[in-house]
Amino acid sequence: MKTVKLKINNVEIEASEGENILNAAKKASVNIPSLCKHPDLHATGACGICIVKLKGAPNMVRACCTPVSEGMEVITHDPEIVGVRRTVLELILSAHPNECLTCGRNGTCELQRLASEFAIRRESFNPVVPDIPPDSTTNSITLEPRKCIKCGRCITVCQEKQNVWALSFLERGIDTRIAPAGVTLGESPCVRCGQCSEHCPVGAIFEFDETEKVWAALSDPELYCIAQIAPAVRVSIGEAFGYPPGTNLTGQIYDALRHLGFKAVFDTNFGADVTIMEEASEFAHRFLSAPEKLPLITTCCPSWVDFMEKFHHDMIEYFSSCKSPHSIVGTLTKTYYAQKLGIDPSKIMMVSIMPCTSKKYEITRTGNMYASGMQDVDVALTTREFIRMLQQSGIVFNDLDPETQADSPLGEYSGAGVIFGTTGGVMEAALRTASYFITGHDPESVDFKQIRGLEGIREFEFKIGGHSIRTAVAHGLGNVETLISRVRAAREEGREAPYHFIEVMACPGGCIGGGGQSWNVDDAIRKKRAEGLFSDDRSKAIRLSHRNPYIQKLYEEFLGEPLGETAQKYLHTSYQARPEYKR
Amino acid sequence: MQLTEFDKIVEAAKAKSAAFKCNLYCCYSTGCVSSGCGDVVKAVQEALVSHGCDKVVRIVKTGCMGLCSHGPLMRVEVEGQKPVLYSEIRPLVARLIIAEHIVPALSLEKGADFNVPDFLSGFVLPLDIPFFSKQMKIVLANTGHIDPELIDDYLARGGYQALKKVLTEMTPQQVVEEVLTSGLRGRGGGGYPTGLKWKNAAPSQGAEKFVICNGDEGDPGAYMDRSVLEGDPQCVIEGMLIAAYAIGATSGWFYIRTEYPLAVDRVEKAIKQARKAGFLGKNIFGTKFSFDCDIRLGAGAFVCGEETALIASIEGRRGTPHPRPPYPSQKGLWGMPSCVNNVETLANVPHILMKGGAWYASIGTPESRGTKVFALTGKVKHSGLIEVPMGMTLRTIIEEIGGGPSTGKKIKAVQTGGPSGGVIPSEFLDTPVCYDQLKKLGSIMGSGGMIVLDEDDNMVDIAAFYLDFTADESCGQCSPCRIGGRQLLELLKKVKSGKGSMDDLALIKRLSLTMKKASLCGLGQTAPNPVLSTLKYFENEYLERIKN
Repeated sequence: MKTVKLKINNVEIEASEGENILNAAKKASVNIPSLCKHPDLHATGACGICIVKLKGAPNMVRACCTPVSEGMEVITHDPEIVGVRRTVLELILSAHPNECLTCGRNGTCELQRLASEFAIRRESFNPVVPDIPPDSTTNSITLEPRKCIKCGRCITVCQEKQNVWALSFLERGIDTRIAPAGVTLGESPCVRCGQCSEHCPVGAIFEFDETEKVWAALSDPELYCIAQIAPAVRVSIGEAFGYPPGTNLTGQIYDALRHLGFKAVFDTNFGADVTIMEEASEFAHRFLSAPEKLPLITTCCPSWVDFMEKFHHDMIEYFSSCKSPHSIVGTLTKTYYAQKLGIDPSKIMMVSIMPCTSKKYEITRTGNMYASGMQDVDVALTTREFIRMLQQSGIVFNDLDPETQADSPLGEYSGAGVIFGTTGGVMEAALRTASYFITGHDPESVDFKQIRGLEGIREFEFKIGGHSIRTAVAHGLGNVETLISRVRAAREEGREAPYHFIEVMACPGGCIGGGGQSWNVDDAIRKKRAEGLFSDDRSKAIRLSHRNPYIQKLYEEFLGEPLGETAQKYLHTSYQARPEYKR
Repeated sequence: MQLTEFDKIVEAAKAKSAAFKCNLYCCYSTGCVSSGCGDVVKAVQEALVSHGCDKVVRIVKTGCMGLCSHGPLMRVEVEGQKPVLYSEIRPLVARLIIAEHIVPALSLEKGADFNVPDFLSGFVLPLDIPFFSKQMKIVLANTGHIDPELIDDYLARGGYQALKKVLTEMTPQQVVEEVLTSGLRGRGGGGYPTGLKWKNAAPSQGAEKFVICNGDEGDPGAYMDRSVLEGDPQCVIEGMLIAAYAIGATSGWFYIRTEYPLAVDRVEKAIKQARKAGFLGKNIFGTKFSFDCDIRLGAGAFVCGEETALIASIEGRRGTPHPRPPYPSQKGLWGMPSCVNNVETLANVPHILMKGGAWYASIGTPESRGTKVFALTGKVKHSGLIEVPMGMTLRTIIEEIGGGPSTGKKIKAVQTGGPSGGVIPSEFLDTPVCYDQLKKLGSIMGSGGMIVLDEDDNMVDIAAFYLDFTADESCGQCSPCRIGGRQLLELLKKVKSGKGSMDDLALIKRLSLTMKKASLCGLGQTAPNPVLSTLKYFENEYLERIKN
């Protein structure tokens, strides 16, 4: 890439052509304050905090959306610039409720941090806070428009990254607000991915908080509380406790859950191994004897399922009918495990700790989510809610025992189970086992590295025992559309499907970048979280789901054959076309 | 359209308009329509029929004749006689004019002038008053003289000759050069050199390239673009065609606000007629150049006059500006290179190409060439639509063209540039009207609004009026404008109501500067101008309100 020379505060630096001033300034060791810009998203220039002076330009410009050019001379800080920034900040604060102490983002709010750094000590302007009620109709995400600073991140992510278009700007001037047009969020095309809440700098969009439900259950002596943790949670939770992103804290989480009072601790990774048994069987079956039902499309992601039901229901026939891993753990807990231990399943409170806001919706999505005869998973908490519970519990996270084990058998997982949390992981885990189902022997190498990475769409043709398997992985719903349209075009033109197997995760990076994860994520952090999962995989003696002895035992004792009658009853679900939404 | 055909239809058009012994030019612009010209024209028609002279007299429903304060207007032109302008006509008067002026005038011998009877002379406006004689019409040359709904009228007055010249004799580069030479600057308010805009857009590559005509005129009290679109739509289409040829565009859009139904209707008809005549379509004048255009309606948001917001609006997105770069000339409508020009700017283009850039540059001042159309309103005797050479002083415009104060009170200031502009106190009335001089005084040329204020007008009220407008029209995207506009308005209201303090005044100043520096687009950056300029010249009026 071509580089240009420029001066930032009289320091000469080199930067890539096209790079914005905000990033380039870091090379001169200058931090330009900014509020609306998020590294994942293109600049909107909404907040007006990152203004800088350019030599020769009459007006100040925004560092976030002004590209550097040869010979440019930038001044990032002088009394006038700081004064303007301060006034802008005071304006933003005048339209934002002064409710920091009772806000969910107290301590993590980007506006609060700026107000602190700028030492705002007075309210120069009269408050002009809008009076708009919150919207919790999705039961996954709560919209609090009063707190919104109109940075536009949620809208950019909803429209451009996810192509859902549930949120948009309405009205104008001071009445501008973010909302679904004319309906509640629950009635809108929202797929509850929570990326809006993940990207919100303040407390305007927030996970639907259910921690009180869990506290109440834990203090109820009648209930037998059991928790499970999703793969992606273990590598992100540490960010809230001072660990570098990607640090694997599985043991500490198990320990923390026991401290909180859960009577048993399971791992969603075990459910992932079961999912693989079913999904790889489905794949092997379709690949060998029902090619018209290819490509097989993964369905572990409830936002993707919702998206497909709303926008692409002509793809239902390609969907894997297998439930997601935590649903499977929920069902098996209230059937297999309860029977084994002689616990009354109606007394079990199953809590899933998930990186995801959409799992809150998934647990009641269809009748199949009650396969045990009751609701299989009772509560799905996001990573962020779980962190708050830990903070309230008095547990010193750093002192927890990293060697703590989960309960058997639903806590025993293979390396394949853990990589479910990252984009490409489900595909890789499935290919490991599908190789066995198709060829009768395990793959020579368990690493299917060609399908790893963070590019939005990745394709690779794998050779398995004389067969060619065309795979594709997409994450971020906007990218999914590209794959879907290729599949649809081939079908309409009567051509063979371009792929045999497609993996889809709604969130950028997959569950490691999930809508319920720790805030302030970017691709560098996603990469580290993914690496945390791959390194856990490498450390496992067993890295193939079908070689997990507890999985083998589960099928022997309870499920019978993959895709068999019992497996169908407990592990599979169905999909339906939902009303078409116009985007 | 082939060249030979063109000459034929032009001759036919000329013959058609010469066929009438008498032409009655009735102003049929939005202003006169609302003061009842429809009934007047109906009465004229009926009277002509009843007097049996409807075959020799043509009623020409024209665009704006300018003197809007005195409408409805009708200009009587009988062959060989001096034209007579009637003002403030009602249907009864119209019938009298036919019976007592037209009928006898038609039977007069050649060379004799008709004397308007005394009972009608009260309605006659002399055509040699400074309101008319001091003006110089380029953009409005045809407005008031042609029926904007008939392409033949345009052709009879030299329409599409410039396009013919451009397509058959000039390269696109030469066209750009000619416009550069003319010194024409964007008339929408920005004042960016049009030739430079074209020069930047010409080399941009894309599967398609667009010319967009910005007809989203939104300043309160301004109607220059509306009048041009209503009065001479073909001229704007011709300007668009020339722009398209110069930059290599193949299609264009008119973006007109939906509150201008008459303008939309006339542009629609003009496009249809131009297409039918072959000025729009494939291989125009038998050359390789093809171009067509269509209309998109703006839904009334002021900010959509900002070109990036305008483009978003055409695409069907929310009309909000986006940060530049990329500029529309690189990545505009649907991601394609686009060139956005204002209505008045495009209306200048055929004249420049016909008479040459040097001719145009000879009019006006060194940095502001040509003429400018203004909507002269407020406390002047003659208010309306005027076109004057750049460099004319404010005094000439107000005292001569405008006829001085209408109230008998002293003129205090003149507001130019609409909500983005400022006030200029009367001691600066000898300032020549041009981009740089107005800016020096803390106002701007803007799109051409000019409101004359007298001693009764209070500057705090004026500032609050404009802030009310801009705060309401803020698109809401950036915080300095969205929240700043509202807060500034609240502070002004506080001062206005006598409850303000010196702290409030200091805050007004700080906030105004912040909005100017930190707003994302021109709307927010210029929104505090009415406040800053009234403070600059009339701070005492703020202080009075605070003290009392």
